[in-house]
Amino acid sequence: MRGHIDAIGNPGAPMHTYLDFEKPLSEIEGKAEELRAMARSNAEMDVEREAAALDAKAQSLLASLYSDLTPWRKCQVARHPDRPHTSRYIADLFTDYTPLAGDRGFADDQAVLGGLARFNDRPVVVLGHEKGANTQGRLTHNFGMARPEGYRKAVRLMDLADRFSLPVVALVDTPGAYPGKGAEERGQSEAIARATEKCLSIGVPMVSVIVGEGGSGGAVALASGDRVAMLEHSVYSVISPEGCASILWKDAGKMREAAEALRLTAQDLATLGVIDRIIPEPVGGAQRAPEDTVASVGIAIAELLAELDGTEREALIAARRKRFLDMGANGLAA
Amino acid sequence: MNWISNYVRPKINSLFSRREMPENLWTKCDECGTMLFHRELRETLNVCSNCGHHMTLVPRDRFISLFDGGVFTEVPVPPATPDPLNFRDGRRYAERMRSAQRDTGEAEAMLVAEGDIGRTPIVAAAQDFSFMAGSMGMYVGNAIIAAAERAVTLGRPLILFSAAGGARMQEGILSLMQMPRATVAVQMLKDARLPYIVVLTHPTTGGVTASYAMLGDIHIAEPGALICFAGPRVIEQTIREKLPEGFQRAEYLLEHGMLDRVAPRQDMREELITITRLLMGLSPEVKGELPAPAPPSAPETKPAADPQT
Repeated sequence: MRGHIDAIGNPGAPMHTYLDFEKPLSEIEGKAEELRAMARSNAEMDVEREAAALDAKAQSLLASLYSDLTPWRKCQVARHPDRPHTSRYIADLFTDYTPLAGDRGFADDQAVLGGLARFNDRPVVVLGHEKGANTQGRLTHNFGMARPEGYRKAVRLMDLADRFSLPVVALVDTPGAYPGKGAEERGQSEAIARATEKCLSIGVPMVSVIVGEGGSGGAVALASGDRVAMLEHSVYSVISPEGCASILWKDAGKMREAAEALRLTAQDLATLGVIDRIIPEPVGGAQRAPEDTVASVGIAIAELLAELDGTEREALIAARRKRFLDMGANGLAA
Repeated sequence: MNWISNYVRPKINSLFSRREMPENLWTKCDECGTMLFHRELRETLNVCSNCGHHMTLVPRDRFISLFDGGVFTEVPVPPATPDPLNFRDGRRYAERMRSAQRDTGEAEAMLVAEGDIGRTPIVAAAQDFSFMAGSMGMYVGNAIIAAAERAVTLGRPLILFSAAGGARMQEGILSLMQMPRATVAVQMLKDARLPYIVVLTHPTTGGVTASYAMLGDIHIAEPGALICFAGPRVIEQTIREKLPEGFQRAEYLLEHGMLDRVAPRQDMREELITITRLLMGLSPEVKGELPAPAPPSAPETKPAADPQT
């Protein structure tokens, strides 16, 4: 279901992971790379003009592919392994990052990272789901699927923020909470419920950004803040399209139809009034230009935090609760 | 005595009263297979007299057995936007809703009521598993908020009976948003220092468990109820092993510290009376035969348009 790994063998070129709908693109980019590789081994050859023409063709194809992504393609892009993940955002946007670990009860869950940091010099608490960047990382971080300990760590960090009047920045990127035996035994439901409750009761500003996948309750637990933003091609849904398809269509292969019906794109969620802002992604998605993406997210966080600055604790909590109480009153007609 | 009163009238009466008759006088217990007579089931509150299995009890029947003399007043719930996403899979969501309403005779998957239990004033909300698996959408969110607001207005405890397959997928992200919405409702009760008691019934799963069903001051479950976030099948597919007997059942959750108590349905009313009276600082319940409560009348405290008696 995920995009096939189709890296073009050239040590000089960046390795791309192409999604299935990017196949025509991979062929053009592959050809351009091949030409350049030939030219490198044969100094007489001048291929630059042809290669540049191919590049231009690839660029325009990329732009047209990404200007009109179907909801299912957005899901694929949101899950792209080369998209910047929480660690990258923390590393690039925050200083003095001091990771804090553990739920003080059972374990430290690496699917949720977080700690103290400075955002534009201002002390904050930052936290988020981490999916991991390579095989080892994905195992360490359990593909961003948190166990109860991850949510309990988040609760601890939000409490800390509340006590010391630090704003909370949460980065959401999870397929969902981990459906495992131990997770259930240790109270996955209760842990998620408590984290959501904590989001709704802290007296400090909380900004959540969905940077990839916002998977169901596991996402809500970190996304029930004052402001919620989404990257242009990220998704946020009550259930994965595959899960929905297998329940309602009785066929997991109908994920395209399910993705369509669920209205899980940033654009639909903005229309429904569930999110406050869409953060534009570079042409070809966040994975093509992680640096620019991270910078855009940084600007959005700064602006959203500024909107909340100077609001008293009680007013902040009251407005946050009202935001959720009023949500969805008008459906898509909003 | 004439042809009209002897023949036509009984015929007409039988035409009208036929609908009152239970279609099936016998119900098969889905656990042990015993055939149970409808009158006996009504007495045992849908608990199998052979194996003790707790079958689904619809909110209206639950309230009749819960409230003193079966008297309660429905708390009105603001309607939700119908089919907010214009959702269709094989069938249109609007159609599914209509057939659920036809089958259950209810507007939606949650019923809210106020009344007395053992002379203790309470507000109660109950989820209807027979209505689209009790799934949580905008209406259920509205119902929980209405219940909490009513409890705060009257200064009463809220008792919530949960039963749900999870969030209502057909309302997409808006069903997911009921997790924080319902959590805000729970916070209203906590801010007002009113007890919020959750009775978890079979099954309580998904986003419902992961929000208002696990945020009670007291958690009581019915025996054998499946209570979980991820369902057993999903877990078995993930970890590729068989799960132990009784996994995610009420008794298992009690053992793992997620519940305060497991109580059989027949004892639930007494449990709830004792606990609410303790938490509200009221004197012990007066037991024994009491006159039935006066029928609800005063419109300023009983706003429901259609009082249920």
